[in-house]
Amino acid sequence: MTSPTSQASTSHTQSHSATGHLPPVAMQFDDALQQHDACRLGMWLFLSTELMLFGGLFLAYTIFRIAHADVFAEASQHVAPGWATVMTALLLTSSLTMALAVQAVRDGLHRRATVCLLLTMLLGGGFIGIKLHEYHSLYAEHLAPLFGWPFGYSGQQDASLAKMFFVLYFFMTGLHALHMVIGISLLCWIMVAMIRKRDARRWSTAAEMVGLYWHFVDLVWVFLFPLLYLIRPDKWF
Amino acid sequence: MTEAIVPPEHHYLNDGYSARSWLLTTDHKRIAVLYLLTITFFFAVGGVAATIIRLELLTPAGDLVQSETYNKLFSIHGIIMVFFFLLPVIPSVLGNFLVPIMIGARDLAFPKLNLASWYVFWIGGLFTLWAVVVGGVDTGWTFYTPFSSVYTNTYVIATAAGVMIAGFSSIFTGLNFIVTIHKMRAPGLTWFRLPLFIWSMYATSVIMVLGTPVLAITLTLLALERLTHVGVFDPKIGGDPLLFQHLFWFYSHPAVYIMVLPAMGVVSELVTCFSRKKIFGYKAIAYSSMAIALFGFLVWGHHMFVSGQSVYAAVVFSMLSFLVALPSAVKVFNWTATLYKGSITFNTPLLYALGFIGLFTIGGLTGLFLATLAADVHLHDTYFVIAHFHYIMVGGTVMAYLGGLHFWWPKITGRMYPEVWARLSAIGIFIGFNLTFFPQYILGLQGMPRRYHVYPEEFQVLNVLSSAGASILAVAYAFPITYLLWSLKYGAIAPANPWNAVGLEWETTSPPPTHNFIEQPVVDHEAYNYAAPAQDSPQPIALESTAS
Repeated sequence: MTSPTSQASTSHTQSHSATGHLPPVAMQFDDALQQHDACRLGMWLFLSTELMLFGGLFLAYTIFRIAHADVFAEASQHVAPGWATVMTALLLTSSLTMALAVQAVRDGLHRRATVCLLLTMLLGGGFIGIKLHEYHSLYAEHLAPLFGWPFGYSGQQDASLAKMFFVLYFFMTGLHALHMVIGISLLCWIMVAMIRKRDARRWSTAAEMVGLYWHFVDLVWVFLFPLLYLIRPDKWF
Repeated sequence: MTEAIVPPEHHYLNDGYSARSWLLTTDHKRIAVLYLLTITFFFAVGGVAATIIRLELLTPAGDLVQSETYNKLFSIHGIIMVFFFLLPVIPSVLGNFLVPIMIGARDLAFPKLNLASWYVFWIGGLFTLWAVVVGGVDTGWTFYTPFSSVYTNTYVIATAAGVMIAGFSSIFTGLNFIVTIHKMRAPGLTWFRLPLFIWSMYATSVIMVLGTPVLAITLTLLALERLTHVGVFDPKIGGDPLLFQHLFWFYSHPAVYIMVLPAMGVVSELVTCFSRKKIFGYKAIAYSSMAIALFGFLVWGHHMFVSGQSVYAAVVFSMLSFLVALPSAVKVFNWTATLYKGSITFNTPLLYALGFIGLFTIGGLTGLFLATLAADVHLHDTYFVIAHFHYIMVGGTVMAYLGGLHFWWPKITGRMYPEVWARLSAIGIFIGFNLTFFPQYILGLQGMPRRYHVYPEEFQVLNVLSSAGASILAVAYAFPITYLLWSLKYGAIAPANPWNAVGLEWETTSPPPTHNFIEQPVVDHEAYNYAAPAQDSPQPIALESTAS
């Protein structure tokens, strides 16, 4: 069972030795380099599916934003651009710590990697925390038209159209937040695995992939922020 | 090769017999077999619905089922057949089995993801089957809004969830194929030495990866409208019903090419093998696959000519739809040019391939009628459309799938199928298919709308012909299921290369070992090296010596 693997990998005589403890090479790959390349291509492809997923949503948002411009402008005054600015800052900083974490894992700097991963998770957690606070205050204002909760919109514009803004707001930011939660879980998994094995480099590919994912989720927020919060900011907090 | 054929001692099928060794396998070949069983099951479910539909349409009156039941029947037939049979059938069964072997790899790049795709597929399937059992869905497979999101009282959300979940299995498969084809080709196997089946799998995977997420978000928005009663698609409360159709067809038209591109790949393999000739215009076929994948994303509006979209958009979509016909025609010309002056043997796989070429041509040409703006206004939503896409989907995809299944059956199972029975059933399917669907073209031209179970009496003769054809088709489909099962025990032991074909999959044993090859194959020639007639087997590299 093992013989074809070993025979095949000797026919491709590259890498393995130079960098020490690279991630273990799975049976189907010839060497660590091929495995790493395959993982990276796979991740980019996955991110392209994510792009198409959010793309459909952004298209729908754009159409309604144009069709009901005044309604969306008025309804958007009920969300808090100030908090969203803080969230944006947290998230952009987390991208920095994520990038540092990936580099640290690759260099086998165990302690620095752990600290950076932890910081990334904390910043991401802060983002989620503010998000939940925002959700709660919208719920308290009866502006969360979900699960049959009471919805009461008092403004110049048509309430049923304003409801569309809030449904899209909750759906888009909710889908984004779900991605954040998945990202934090993945970071947690890498950190625990790294601490248990005391060997950072084994996780270098995994960390790089989660890093790509994290930056992508970050980028989605960069578009969500102006679309949902900065239409006609009135009160900032 | 005529000496007693001894099956290999170790192969993927006897590498463990426990349920666990199958259900938790990461071997792409075993996952292909799991998919084969699953897909056949869903084909049977969709087929039962089709049978009742054809029985109902025997008479002009609605005497077998009520209108509501009939609506549910054609919805179930469409949803199961499109999302749980046609879309996955060739990629998940033949593609899963062949992609790594054809490129000389030990497995796909992400074997666990591959297994996950099978489980995800089943979760999606169970959602949909549950919806069918508890009450069904009556929206048609297209889930058009606002009917689906506001008015119907059937199980739209469960069904849509099932379709969406199954979509993720398709994304997993496509992603796996792209990475595998990019990164794991055997030494010497350059892009233009790849079998054309691999090219078509690659093109298909691109559509799967880029299209399917859009379907997922569309169905989610549909569920959102149903749950929150906010106007995403319902025009009465500010939504846009055309947005649904745009988003839906942005995926679902390319999805047509997810169904037919793999079939074209199979046919390319079959035609060149059974005419013992190098394929005509290798690069043209390879590029045309990619062109179809690209153009396929630009033509969705031809489903919406009478929906009220802008006339200018319709004109552009019409023109682009004609463009898709070009790469498709390139392929048909190349296959026929390959057959020309070849030394043809009419084995079962070639019979299916020839059936494909004929039926696909008819289906494709009638597609041009529908891409013509003025003609479509008359033909839209008539049986002409039904006949057109069944010629592509059933006459095309299913024929090619069966051809490919017969061609690679010895490789998959290590047994030969009974040739006489197989030829009979191939001819039976061809006759039954044409008798079922050709009358529907005429019905459509005469104006019989789709989705009605009561029709004027003058349409009865053609409907009876169609139902009669369907019964022949049903029997002919039962044949392969029976004799292929029979062959597992009683079929002749298959040699490594029963067709004397070229390609890496024929250089390993039948069935292949768990890691596909005993020795890493090295490729130093182009695909379809059938040129030298004196040499009846092109340099078997690895296994011939160890197998016999």
